[in-house]
Amino acid sequence: MSEMNMRSDILGDPAPSRWSYRLLRLMLTPYLRICLFYGVPLGLLAVALWLNFSNEDRRDALREMYDTIYLSIIERPEFMVNVMSVSGASDTLTDDIREVLPIDLPVSSFALDLDQVHEMVMGLGPVKDVVVRVQSGGVLEINVMERTPAFLWRRANGLELLDETGAFVRQAVTRLDYPHLPLIAGEEADTQIDTAQSILVAAAPLHDRLRGLVFIGGRRFDVVLDGGQIIRLPEQDPVSALERAIMLDHSEQLLARAVSVIDLRLENRPTLQVSESALDILKDNKNMQLRQTE
Amino acid sequence: MTDFYHSQRAMRDMRNAALQRGVIAVLDVGSAKIGCLVLRFDGGTYRNDQEGVGPMAGQSGFRVIGSATTRSRGVGFGEIYSMPEVERAIRTALQSAQKLANVRVDHVIACFSGGRPRSYGLEGEVTVENPTVSEQDIARVLSSCDVPDYGAGRDVLHAQPVNFALDHRSGLTDPRGQSGEVLATDVHMLTVDEKVIRDLAYCVKRCDLELAGVASSAYASGISSLVEDEQELGAACIDFGGGSTGVSIFIKKHMIYCDAVRLGGDHVTRDISMGLQVPMAVAERIKTRNGGLIATGMDDRDMIEIGGNTGDWEHDRRKISRTELIGIMRPRMEEVLEDVRAHLDAAGFDHLPSQQIVLTGGGSQIPGLDGLASRILGQQVRLGRPLRIHRLPQAYSGPSCSSLVGLSLFAAHPQDEWWDFEAPQQGYPSRSFKRAVRWFRENW
Repeated sequence: MSEMNMRSDILGDPAPSRWSYRLLRLMLTPYLRICLFYGVPLGLLAVALWLNFSNEDRRDALREMYDTIYLSIIERPEFMVNVMSVSGASDTLTDDIREVLPIDLPVSSFALDLDQVHEMVMGLGPVKDVVVRVQSGGVLEINVMERTPAFLWRRANGLELLDETGAFVRQAVTRLDYPHLPLIAGEEADTQIDTAQSILVAAAPLHDRLRGLVFIGGRRFDVVLDGGQIIRLPEQDPVSALERAIMLDHSEQLLARAVSVIDLRLENRPTLQVSESALDILKDNKNMQLRQTE
Repeated sequence: MTDFYHSQRAMRDMRNAALQRGVIAVLDVGSAKIGCLVLRFDGGTYRNDQEGVGPMAGQSGFRVIGSATTRSRGVGFGEIYSMPEVERAIRTALQSAQKLANVRVDHVIACFSGGRPRSYGLEGEVTVENPTVSEQDIARVLSSCDVPDYGAGRDVLHAQPVNFALDHRSGLTDPRGQSGEVLATDVHMLTVDEKVIRDLAYCVKRCDLELAGVASSAYASGISSLVEDEQELGAACIDFGGGSTGVSIFIKKHMIYCDAVRLGGDHVTRDISMGLQVPMAVAERIKTRNGGLIATGMDDRDMIEIGGNTGDWEHDRRKISRTELIGIMRPRMEEVLEDVRAHLDAAGFDHLPSQQIVLTGGGSQIPGLDGLASRILGQQVRLGRPLRIHRLPQAYSGPSCSSLVGLSLFAAHPQDEWWDFEAPQQGYPSRSFKRAVRWFRENW
């Protein structure tokens, strides 16, 4: 107590003044404390940022700085793609791919949109599937699985090659380039390529004479044989109809006769059309018989 | 009866609001020091509705988060004599306590020892209307107490129902729900000078604080220094303060008597100052460092340097023996104890079943006081320290802070007072009509 007394004699009154007391109490008010300790610094920061970036030049400078830093990171040699390797494609397709992709090598792997590359390669006709990936060492690997032509499709504007699903592969110049491929014709024949395939399988005994298939009216097939003979197949179940015709041929040598059209469109009433020349011969024969009898 | 009823009611409401907010300060305005504790109530365990002792004797509901003491100025005999000085002292204590607590305090419970406290025993008796005693009956029996004429300029500080009797069964603490016919009660009423409370309220208000309760410091130190069984069986707590010495008698956990002797440690210091021709500060130092009450042969050879800075070499190099110092202090303490004895006799302390006396307060730290007190007051004397409350700093665990601690307990567990019960309703219909009219007038 005595020390305190002496100290207070030296220092004077230890009591806080009325206003400092009130100020302390004010500063201890919870909401005011929160406002002062968080609100004021945040507000000052916001004002400073706003003042700084209200200037167009400063905004541009910041953007430029950002771009520089971004480029300096993505253009590091570790991230660069230098080589594009295309595998699994024929030479023409490889050339097509290299032509169609708008990639100027070397390019950063960050700037490379692999999905877009995938999409563009898939957009090429002969490509069945493709795997695009960036491999270590800066290699962009494009692994292509090419479509194999299975049909030759004659259209008004030329010959097209189709694969076994009916998808377009490429244009063909002449039939003679692809003598082993079956020929089909008719608009929208590519949509019915499965039926055509099964008809061709069923028509294997006629292989030597088979010229091709014609898709008629967007609904049914004709089998065209050499010599202009036509087997008209029905829309429903053409394969069994064709098998029946082949069976008839085996038993009766139907196709070896002078029949130009075998119409199987109505199942209950197969119709044969005799060729013009045969009719003439028949007519001649009848005339001859008439003359003999006279 | 009704004017203090309303002001005390208002203070009780204020205290409930403070407890709701969770922070309240207790302020001991003493003659030697002004102490302040900031209490944080977190958890609703301060309600005292269960029988017996609660968990941790009810101290678990709050903790001390800020504390400060300052040398008292402008207080003498436990009363304010210089308002600006006291205001500044309260401000000092509160500011440092608030700083320590890091929280703003708006409500204060204060205690003081002065104002010439006087105890009255009141009795009331009514017949119970219902088969069982209801809260209404308790209000009626309390209002049936005949209040003595305690004089103009006095105010009621405490009015505590200490005992209820139902028919022939006495010693009930809570007669609600029991069946009986005649309900009687004993109320202990304590009055003090009105202007002392008013001055204190004004000082507190000048510090932008709300007064949420007042208590007598003798009562507060009794709560904290007397242990459970002493309060139950009967004991007196003597609080040796700076300007006055408080006496409170407890039995059955209620205070039944409170008084103050207007003598204290400051008088001892003044005696030393006069006797040795030294300033009060030096006298205070000599008293606290070398004081004693029972001289032995050793003390003749124990020379104390008085010191001083008057510039007179001879005067500043004086020495006295400790026996001389004891010779100065002992008569004054004997006088204090004789006065305490007179008050205890007047209160009929001899007739209590147990006559334990507990000495506390800053003055009780004088070595040998318990020996001297046992010669004057009786054989069962012990020195008391306040019980521990949660997070109380070590520096505040001494006997000089027992009223501060007691006031904290008082804030947490207020004793039921007269004004806690609703005033009995008389002529219910007209009253309710009046109330409705008043409600309309206030709200429209």
